[in-house]
Amino acid sequence: MNTNNQTKAIYTILAWTISGLIFFPILWTAITSFKTEAEAISSSPSLFMFEWTLENYSDVLARSPYFEHFWNSIVISVGSSLVGLLIAIPAAWSMAFVQTKRTKNLLMWMLSTKMLPPVGVLIPIYLLFRDTGLLDTKLGLVIVMTLINLPIMVWMLYTYFKEIPHEILEAARMDGASIKDEIFHVLLPIALPGIASTMLLNVILAWNEAFWTLILTAANAAPLTAFIASYSSPEGLFYAKLSAASVMAIVPILILGWFSQKQLVRGLSFGAVK
Amino acid sequence: MATTHSRTLAKLMLLPSVSLLLIWMIVPLCMTLYFSFLDYNLLMPGDNAFIGLMNYEFFLTDPAFIESFFNTLLLVLGVLFITIGGGIGLAILLDQAIWGRNYVRIMVLAPFFVMPTVSALVWKNMFMNPVNGLFAHFAEFIGVTPVDFFAEMPLLSIIIIVSWQWLPFAALILLTAIQSLDREQLEAAELDGAGPFSKFIYIVVPHLSRAVTAVILIETIFLLSIFAEILVTTSGGPGYASTNITYLIYTQSLLQFDVGGGSAGGIVAVIIANIVAIFLMRLIGKNLEG
Amino acid sequence: MGSITLKQVTKSFGDVNVIKPLDLQIRDGEFIVFVGPSGCGKSTLLRMIAGLEDTTSGTIEIGGQDATHMPPAKRGLAMVFQSYALYPHMSVRNNIAFPLKRAKVEPEVIEEKITTAAKMLNLTDYLDRKPGQLSGGQRQRVAIGRAIVRQPSAFLFDEPLSNLDASLRVNMRLEISELHKSLNTTMIYVTHDQVEAMTMADRIAVFNGGVIEQVGTPLELYQKPVNRFVAGFIGSPKMNFIDVQPSAGDATHCIGVRPEHLQVTQDNGLWTGKVGVIEHLGSETFLHVHVENTGTLTVKTDGECPLKYGDVINLTAPQNKILRFDKAGNTITTDTADKPAISSAS
Ligand SMILES: Nc1ncnc2c1ncn2[C@@H]1O[C@H](COP(=O)(O)OP(=O)(O)OP(=O)(O)O)[C@@H](O)[C@H]1O
Ligand SMILES: [Mg+2]
Repeated sequence: MNTNNQTKAIYTILAWTISGLIFFPILWTAITSFKTEAEAISSSPSLFMFEWTLENYSDVLARSPYFEHFWNSIVISVGSSLVGLLIAIPAAWSMAFVQTKRTKNLLMWMLSTKMLPPVGVLIPIYLLFRDTGLLDTKLGLVIVMTLINLPIMVWMLYTYFKEIPHEILEAARMDGASIKDEIFHVLLPIALPGIASTMLLNVILAWNEAFWTLILTAANAAPLTAFIASYSSPEGLFYAKLSAASVMAIVPILILGWFSQKQLVRGLSFGAVK
Repeated sequence: MATTHSRTLAKLMLLPSVSLLLIWMIVPLCMTLYFSFLDYNLLMPGDNAFIGLMNYEFFLTDPAFIESFFNTLLLVLGVLFITIGGGIGLAILLDQAIWGRNYVRIMVLAPFFVMPTVSALVWKNMFMNPVNGLFAHFAEFIGVTPVDFFAEMPLLSIIIIVSWQWLPFAALILLTAIQSLDREQLEAAELDGAGPFSKFIYIVVPHLSRAVTAVILIETIFLLSIFAEILVTTSGGPGYASTNITYLIYTQSLLQFDVGGGSAGGIVAVIIANIVAIFLMRLIGKNLEG
Repeated sequence: MGSITLKQVTKSFGDVNVIKPLDLQIRDGEFIVFVGPSGCGKSTLLRMIAGLEDTTSGTIEIGGQDATHMPPAKRGLAMVFQSYALYPHMSVRNNIAFPLKRAKVEPEVIEEKITTAAKMLNLTDYLDRKPGQLSGGQRQRVAIGRAIVRQPSAFLFDEPLSNLDASLRVNMRLEISELHKSLNTTMIYVTHDQVEAMTMADRIAVFNGGVIEQVGTPLELYQKPVNRFVAGFIGSPKMNFIDVQPSAGDATHCIGVRPEHLQVTQDNGLWTGKVGVIEHLGSETFLHVHVENTGTLTVKTDGECPLKYGDVINLTAPQNKILRFDKAGNTITTDTADKPAISSAS
């Protein structure tokens, strides 16, 4: 083994150890979800040498309407991302391709609305929702999620669109394309990877959002964040069941995130790193 | 690209986003402002009398406010410090030639996708629980008294949990930034006789400053309004030891039904956020769009 | 009908006047080349003609019709960009078909036109590739193909060849000239390349700071530039300028001699100087001659030139090849006979 391979080995061990530690809570949760409750709180916990069981999963499914929560999460996150794209794409088009002196200020302003603390508008939104019957509805949450994620969507799309050469859109215009053709036949297909990663990131953010979803929902529209929060009430320590429920809440988004990690990093950094 | 026609069109296409955000910002904010001057409690339906700045007086002189203000600050700064420091270290490590880098990346990134309620519950019960948690087992194993995390160091415990969630984000963005570093520049510096330390200070750090700015900006936006982690772990306690401003206003308005007081708190939170925002916008204006 | 008439056209970006009031008449079927230093407004004017930029004032007529406020799609022009501007997500076939589809042309007709264009531009084997899989020259051909299938009334080219390497540029230059001969359609062509301008153009328009200094055939511009700017801009290597003392009855402030018109003589030339750098190009040689009190003169001579660095030589030029400029830089155009001869004393 030469020195080069030696340093590589050292770095590899170090990197695997640290990343293993970071990942451990998730791994441990997954393993615990297959244990019996007794084993889960055993004072000499075991990583693999125990009797594997699926009991916890069936218990969780029996205890609460998991699939309803799951469906609510899907509707809220995908719904708000789609509506958001619909509103954000035209805005990003304007900012990227018809720049004015105000464009930069407008972007900054949009981003600043994202900094508006939710508690600042908590009461009016709660009261407005109560009075309009939007409280505890999926529609209400789609509206809120769309609005809180809109600035991020516009900004992300803007950074993607800005990289498309103006000439391509101008060529389309010379070729007789209407603005609709220009957007649907030229801009959107070219920007598709960027749009997809914007969409993905917003699905993830909305899926995990846990301020509005906890406050504005009760029985009907509660997504998985609320489903899992119901396990916080101290009615005994059901670690194995808690783990099973946790796994069920995070696995869909974890897989989605892993598949799209490259695009996510770029999008989330607001174009600061390429 | 700029004819009158396309400019008009551009304005039209901006309209939905801008107007929705304006409404979203202004209408509830005005209502909050209005409520903040009223004696308005949902439990005591009355005439909601106008009481001037009383709500603000109560809110700002409440020792809980001072405490939660500093808790908010500590929470944001603590998490930023840990995630950026750890993130740079991790990014440099992951940038080295290692075997199985893709698997390492996947493992490091995972916590970012875990919803806050889940990570808080998992940490609270399975790791930090003083009787059955893994840390307690470990303490017993090496023969020390287990720590009751949420009773003895509630805020620090929450900082640890939140840092765990945000470390992957910081690490990955910084890693991408490091990887886009111009190798030729580093080699040129090496030829000029720069050691590893001066290379890091004069080339790597300036290059990373853009990425660090982005990390600070995005994390701050989310960290200022940490909520679920507190709700499911300590509920702000013991006392107000782990209450941040978001959580304080939540308890006032939706648990004590004091709409007036909560609104005054909301306005204070908005003002604080604005101060932070102005500061951050300066930072990005300088660093991001160059 | 592809005639284009610009009347008192101006353009400002905010407070900056990029195009000063400008008149230009382009005849149907003409090949006109825009040249001028960087930033003088060539692209801006081209984009105004295309309809991609608003015209601040004045009118643009295309084929006798006022097109000042028409959207680009209605003007019936085609543009070829320096960056090619191909649609990266479409195959070559679909790139070329795009304008036809927008015009709702029948699929069979589209297919036929694509086939013809592809044959003409040697693209037949590449029709199913994406632009990313083509070389620069092939991409530029696709861009041209996309332009010709719509049978526009005029083509606009903005430095179409400047991203190509030298030998490819020569080929494409010929192909575009060929195209112009066979289609006989108006072409407006922006370039920085002297050779392109001189060889391709029917007429050249020389721009400077948002105004047209002179419009004329390549030879007119070469032989009879209206001012010092045009004289210096057209021709390579650049014309030599020598400041002179104006005398009574002669307003000449400066004279200009092209390097190819300077001759090396054994004795009694107009100027005496020392040979500096010598550039041998094979077919010709450029001498840089340092003349005391006058500066460095560039001389173009034969490929076989026996001179060495440091040689002292005399230079002369035929009187009728010497241009004279007045204080404002305008060419003095009285007959040579009326002017006092330029002598070595000046
Ligand atoms: N959108 C714009 N806003 C403000 N100024 C502009 C804009 N577009 C061009 N200009 C300015 O107008 C002037 C002319 O630009 P133009 O692109 O027409 O020059 P050009 O002659 O094509 O130069 P080059 O030979 O380098 O391509 C330049 O000074 C440029 O800075
Ligand atoms: Mg140009």
